Amino acid sequence: MTKFPAWKYFIILCAVVIGLLYTLPNFYGEVPAVQISGSRSSVVVDSNTISQVTASLKADNLNPIGEIFDGKTLKFKFATTDNQLKARDVIQQTLGDSYIVALNLISASPDWLSSINANPMFLGLDLRGGVHFLLEVDMDAAVKKTLNKNVGDIRRDLRNNSIRYGSVTVDNGSVLIQLRDEATTELVMQQLNKDFPKMQAVRDGATNIRIVLSAEEMQLIKEAAVKQNILTLHNRVNELGVAEPIIQQQGPDRIVVELPGVQDTAHAKDILGRTATLEVRMVDDDAGALSQAQGGNVPVNDQLLDEINSDGSTSKILVRNDVELTGDNINDAQAGFDENGSPAVNISLDSTGAAIFKQVTADNIGKRMAMVLVDHGKSQVVTAPVIRTQIGGGQVQISGAMSVQDANDVSLLLRSGSLAAPMNIIEERTVGPSLGQENINKGFHSVLWGFLAIAVFMCVYYLAFGVASVVSLGVNLLLLVALLSMLQATLTLPGIAAIALALGMAIDSNVLINERIREELRNGQKPHAAIESGYAHAWATILDSNVTTLIAGLALLAFGSGPVKGFAVVHCLGILTSMFSAVVVSRGIAAILYANKRIKKLHI
Amino acid sequence: MEFFKIKKDIPFMSYGKLTTSISLLTFILAIFFLITRGLNLSVEFTGGTLMEVQYTQAANLDQIRGDLDKMGLDQATVQVYGSSKNIMLRLPNKQGTNSATLSNNVFQHLKSTAPDVTLKSVEFIGPQVGRDLVNNGLMAITFVCIGIMIYLALRFEWRFAVSAIVANMHDVVIILGCFAAFQWEFSLTVLAAILAVLGYSVNESVVVFDRIRENFRTIRGGTVPQIINNAITATMSRTIITHGCTEMMVLSMLFFGGPSLHYFALALTIGILFGVYSSVLVASPIVMWLGVSRENLVKAPKRKDEAVV
Repeated sequence: MTKFPAWKYFIILCAVVIGLLYTLPNFYGEVPAVQISGSRSSVVVDSNTISQVTASLKADNLNPIGEIFDGKTLKFKFATTDNQLKARDVIQQTLGDSYIVALNLISASPDWLSSINANPMFLGLDLRGGVHFLLEVDMDAAVKKTLNKNVGDIRRDLRNNSIRYGSVTVDNGSVLIQLRDEATTELVMQQLNKDFPKMQAVRDGATNIRIVLSAEEMQLIKEAAVKQNILTLHNRVNELGVAEPIIQQQGPDRIVVELPGVQDTAHAKDILGRTATLEVRMVDDDAGALSQAQGGNVPVNDQLLDEINSDGSTSKILVRNDVELTGDNINDAQAGFDENGSPAVNISLDSTGAAIFKQVTADNIGKRMAMVLVDHGKSQVVTAPVIRTQIGGGQVQISGAMSVQDANDVSLLLRSGSLAAPMNIIEERTVGPSLGQENINKGFHSVLWGFLAIAVFMCVYYLAFGVASVVSLGVNLLLLVALLSMLQATLTLPGIAAIALALGMAIDSNVLINERIREELRNGQKPHAAIESGYAHAWATILDSNVTTLIAGLALLAFGSGPVKGFAVVHCLGILTSMFSAVVVSRGIAAILYANKRIKKLHI
Repeated sequence: MEFFKIKKDIPFMSYGKLTTSISLLTFILAIFFLITRGLNLSVEFTGGTLMEVQYTQAANLDQIRGDLDKMGLDQATVQVYGSSKNIMLRLPNKQGTNSATLSNNVFQHLKSTAPDVTLKSVEFIGPQVGRDLVNNGLMAITFVCIGIMIYLALRFEWRFAVSAIVANMHDVVIILGCFAAFQWEFSLTVLAAILAVLGYSVNESVVVFDRIRENFRTIRGGTVPQIINNAITATMSRTIITHGCTEMMVLSMLFFGGPSLHYFALALTIGILFGVYSSVLVASPIVMWLGVSRENLVKAPKRKDEAVV
């Protein structure tokens, strides 16, 4: 009677041990840390970097209390925030700009816990402070940009083939070509089909041709625009030195940016909305002028800039002030190979850019040309190749001492230098760090006092079974926190409210069971039989009521966004853990209390 | 210890007309407030900017309003939030202005007149987002209702499904009515609370229904009202204790959770109170009037009996 099989005890034991292990990291708190990662894919953090940084930290007497290296990012823990701030400056100086050095807070839990992936719960922005942006990409502008590009290409093509045209314009979401007579129209149709086979040109009246973008093309343009904007945002956020940024697409045309820990929102907004540009300028190769400039005497028409070398280091280069071409004239940049099979970057310029480039290269054969990336008021020379021949046609190839990785990086930088289409911030949430801590405290106190009130009441009202209920409720809390830590689901203030509510609702199952046992006793059942049938009868009801609650939880999960989603995740998980703890765990405790004993009176 | 030692069944069903009339009256009242006053929707739904700033001393509201007027933001509302040092600013969306930079400008302005001000939080919601949220909220409520009805119809019978939903929608409308009547702020978190209550108070009906079904099996010869009365009386102790416990947790949030959880807890409190009332005193009479009978619920065991015979 009141038997409880050993394997169920084993399951409970396993659940509690795993629960304890994964809940544990939440108690250790956080320590200040500095996080180092490469700003480009060619810049890697390796053992060399580690020893370099360790040496410079030692030289400044900033001894880290721990280091974590996961193959990509290197984290140093520090005892005080003061040391952390000093260390950041030291590391940034040692490694230079090709590494992102960011401040972070990481768990102070011991390494063996981290090694089994036991990490503290992932706190949302409302609990740890930071900025959340929802940006909407202006798709009309992205489409318009493509149309304008097509107009330029067509004009150039017709001109090159000496075909006289009335006008080529963007008209009502398509390109309209107006011609003088029907014969020319026929000729242009043939020409377009030959040179631009991808474009869908149709006759629109006797002397007009209209090129409409197909639905798929439109789709491609939009997808590419969002993708490129995300890339650009990634680059910009890297510059902000944010430890764990989140940049994700949401829906067809929206992008979420979350920057935990960023306080200066004005600065963040500025960086995100910025348009970086590429400038093509000529290099001043006068060796004397360079050494003079390095001595502080820069020639009037020149500027001394950093050039990024293939190994990530920088050297000085003297560049003319005159800007020959800007990034606005770049349509695309892709990594590829040159005729010798070495890595290269292929840039395609628009018609204006092509014309200018042709002229510039014709005038400067044998000289060096610098590709300058101007970002946030800071100019850097990405590459400075020697011009060998005149380059026409708008297809520019940059090759030199670069690896495949470099070619990818440079093309990415050129591409992501500017946004494909403007974006608008349509949602913003900023939470100060003090408010985050306040929210944690408030949430914690709500759960604590609510739990205590229920615990006291249950123990007084149901005596021994009350204690069993409270213990199982405690296990419920433990499992829920462990599950949240394990899944690394984002915990927000509504999430904490959901924890509290989950506990408040979970007690229902125990009350059902206890009331049922009392009733069975009143009906004259023997204690053991009463426990047995109490649990058995209550189970069906518990299942029914939890399923209905779960339906509501799933609806919240499916249709909720932002704070509601945070609530829903915890709510659903809480229902699952409560079913386990209320039925299995409390039954186990009752069995421990009463199994194999002769009971005269149940304490309930 | 035991609060409820009830020997005789309480004749709840004979009060059925009275209790449902009371419900109907509150329901109509709630609708009345919803129509005349409407919900005080939060920035999340309407779009706009919400700023929370903190001063080291009690804030000078007139000065803040003056600052905003100077910026041409005379539609802004300024409110004390929590304590006299915390101020909540609400700035409606304006066409043609860049809303993202608005909060920056306002804060710079406030700082120039009172340097001790710190920015605690900013929430800016564009009009596009608000529309999506309203749609999603309505979708969620519809989904929950349909899901629960299907489950109850499968597990019990359509009569139970219908009466449970009627009872629970009545709770939702009354919560909304309270929020309209007192012009409490209706935010996304409140919406989450309402949906949680919807799932939770269906529980209540489920527990009673479960007992009704069981009674149909075990109590032979009882009339339908007798059986329902017995079911409600037997589960009453559990109902009160459970909801008392849940309410303790909710009150804890109301007292310790601060302003952000205030309305969440308030919605839950109303939901729990009316949830108990409606699932016992509204859902059960409706089940009775819909003509529930033993045959509706205990088909399966009967067939078994016949097989044995």
